Amino acid sequence: MDALNLLMDGFAGALTPMNLLWVVVGCLLGTAVGVLPGLGSSMAVALLLPMTFALDPTAAFILFAGVYFGGLFGDSTMAILMNTPGQGSAIASTFEGHKMAKDGRAPQALATAAIGAFIGGMVASVVVVFLAPRLADFSANFGPAEYFALALFAFVATSSVVSDSAVKGLASLVLGLGIATVGIDAISGSERFTYGSANLFDGISLVTVSVAVLALGEVLHVASRIRRNPAAHQMKVTGRPFLSRAELKEAAPAWARGTAIGLPFGVIPVGGAEVPTFMSYDLERRIDRRRPNPMFGKGAIRGLAAPEAAGNATTGTAMGALLALGLPVSATAAIMLAAFQQYGLQPGPLLFDRAPELVWALLASFFIAMVVLLVINLPFAQLWAKLLLIPSQYLYAGITVFCGLGIYATSGAVFDLLLLLGLGVLGFIMRRHGVPVAPLLIGMVLGPLAETSLRDGLLSSNGDYSIFVTGPIPLVLYGLLFIVLALTVRSKIVNRARRDV
Amino acid sequence: MTVYGVVAAAVIGVAAFFSFQSATAGSDIRANLTLIAPAGAGGGWDTFMREQQQAMRANSLVNNSQVVNIPGAAGTIGLGQLSTMEGQANTLMVTGAGLVAGVAQLDSAVTHDDVRPIARVVEEYDVVVVPADSPYETIDELVADWRANPAEVAWTGGGTFDQLVMTELALEAGIEPSKTTYIPKSGGGEATQALITGTADAATSGYMDVADQIEAGRLKALGMAAPQRLEGVEIPTLTEQGFAVDLANWRAVLAPPGITDEEFAELRTLLEESVATPEWQKAVERNKWTEVYLAGDEFDAFMASEQERIAQLVEEIS
Repeated sequence: MDALNLLMDGFAGALTPMNLLWVVVGCLLGTAVGVLPGLGSSMAVALLLPMTFALDPTAAFILFAGVYFGGLFGDSTMAILMNTPGQGSAIASTFEGHKMAKDGRAPQALATAAIGAFIGGMVASVVVVFLAPRLADFSANFGPAEYFALALFAFVATSSVVSDSAVKGLASLVLGLGIATVGIDAISGSERFTYGSANLFDGISLVTVSVAVLALGEVLHVASRIRRNPAAHQMKVTGRPFLSRAELKEAAPAWARGTAIGLPFGVIPVGGAEVPTFMSYDLERRIDRRRPNPMFGKGAIRGLAAPEAAGNATTGTAMGALLALGLPVSATAAIMLAAFQQYGLQPGPLLFDRAPELVWALLASFFIAMVVLLVINLPFAQLWAKLLLIPSQYLYAGITVFCGLGIYATSGAVFDLLLLLGLGVLGFIMRRHGVPVAPLLIGMVLGPLAETSLRDGLLSSNGDYSIFVTGPIPLVLYGLLFIVLALTVRSKIVNRARRDV
Repeated sequence: MTVYGVVAAAVIGVAAFFSFQSATAGSDIRANLTLIAPAGAGGGWDTFMREQQQAMRANSLVNNSQVVNIPGAAGTIGLGQLSTMEGQANTLMVTGAGLVAGVAQLDSAVTHDDVRPIARVVEEYDVVVVPADSPYETIDELVADWRANPAEVAWTGGGTFDQLVMTELALEAGIEPSKTTYIPKSGGGEATQALITGTADAATSGYMDVADQIEAGRLKALGMAAPQRLEGVEIPTLTEQGFAVDLANWRAVLAPPGITDEEFAELRTLLEESVATPEWQKAVERNKWTEVYLAGDEFDAFMASEQERIAQLVEEIS
């Protein structure tokens, strides 16, 4: 129980009035920035980086922890209310969350998201406290072969979003894979689909695409139909203010499953929390289909609860990976790494020995930040939901402005605004023709992961493909993949056979 | 409601007035200075500029300074922007070996000849590392295997600069760079991870990024790509082990084109004052930089030779 004692010391260090103030400031700031579309916590931490010159390290990192988790609580708010994810990890929350909001259950959706984020983050923090030193061993098992198997597995594991209409779903997926290839290829240095424009050399960011196709696409869709049936677009806000006991019971297993899926992903650097959120969304959807009364597509509370918990569980353990490995798993973590270096501290295996007071105070502040955020977000859920009372023409105009603002703030380039507009039109066309946008976003997340790991693996083995089937983790993943495929095929055949009879 | 409106209007009005006032005063270098980091927040160039800002602010060298990040295309987008800021003397941008490489690699239309380089300020060095359980104990053992089978030894690194150092080592060892295997990663953390998972056999990485991993015994350092040993660091240089690899990751400061010679001289004076401050000295120590201030004709010659040297290395890679 050594870790427990150290954590208690950490609480003693973190619970000074001044540090508590910083936690609250960080949480409020993080939530505020997270709420703005396109602006995630990475932006907020980057803007606060100069603060490190004025604050002592403990206070600064406690402030950052507040911002870090605040961003995660905040990004789902607009995802639910306006279909506008604050950052990549909130994309999966838009699918069912926004439907709940449209259905007049915005306060419940926001509460579900807040509680999910709280549970995921709490469990992740506990894992980090007790296992951080051992995370290093776990992540050492993950080479390109494992990533490639994981990416393939994730493709299949998220395929339920495609299967409503296989042709349209696959078209959308391929479009996403295509967008993801834009930019300079890191390995060969050749340009792909950049048309010589330096603005495209770094590729098209997932945030730009998701804000464009989800939010702007929605705005254009509403605008195109606003004269035909205005009442249909005015969202209802008649729901009860909080979750009922039945709803809590409904969401509970989804929170647990989402957390379980999210936890391991924080340690392995697959680039952010998008993959586990999609996977947990898909799992809930599959489970939902087997129920007598499927809720997905109509605003299923589980379809929101699981990705929220998964996203925060991943981000929580990602922080552990940063501390114990010096490995920045997300953009925010990368900026926090820079902040550590400002103080002459290098996250990594030695940090726990060199600056224990700082590390444990930081870990303790995670817990404090979670509690503060839950306290801030639950009452605010009703307040936020009031946003939907704004008449739709003003509301959607506001969304458009904030979309542009968020994208411009991260890149400062007019080009990205034009890109946003173009992709928004694409999103509109897709909506108009009933092409799902989720596969596009999943393709953008998983495509580069699969490609990079495949090529890294082949480079490392000097062209020998057998590297992908050596080692236990890939074999287990391929085994699972095979079982899932076999079961899917079987159920299709059985269904068809029944129908024919 | 009206009360709020009046208060809001007053606040906005006052803020707008002061912001306008400070903006119009901005033609003077000492009044308002923009520091451009041609990369996102948190990276090496960003750190450099934020430390500069802090040194200038703490010593009131400039009245008002802000760091602007212009990320994209290995920094060439930032360079392109600077080249259009004709005559805007209150602007500085940081550059480095990585940006020179970026210009060569991307065949950028704008080069360092289109702006006004002021001075080189600091540099840092790469170190050749292998995982702790690697069979290689010395650089000679590693190079011997590498020479025998260039493609079999997989290298990695955190950026283009690291790949250039590997390329220079290959050339020194008589290995055809095009036959080598290099797995690009973004950042020293990912490169370390690639070594530890066994994806790559060796890496070139900034010393700061891997110093703790070396000390913790997870990585072994075989040689430092530096002209001489760093103070307090036991790692031998590659040069003393028979490989003249000393490509340094230097940082220099640029001014926009079209400024007068007086303005250029004023910017140079400002920079010299700033690097002499105790805040800057502490920043140098904290970031494990090596001070290599160089300005004037010698610096111009240095820039010319580095551009040529790096362009050749980039040529070797592609």
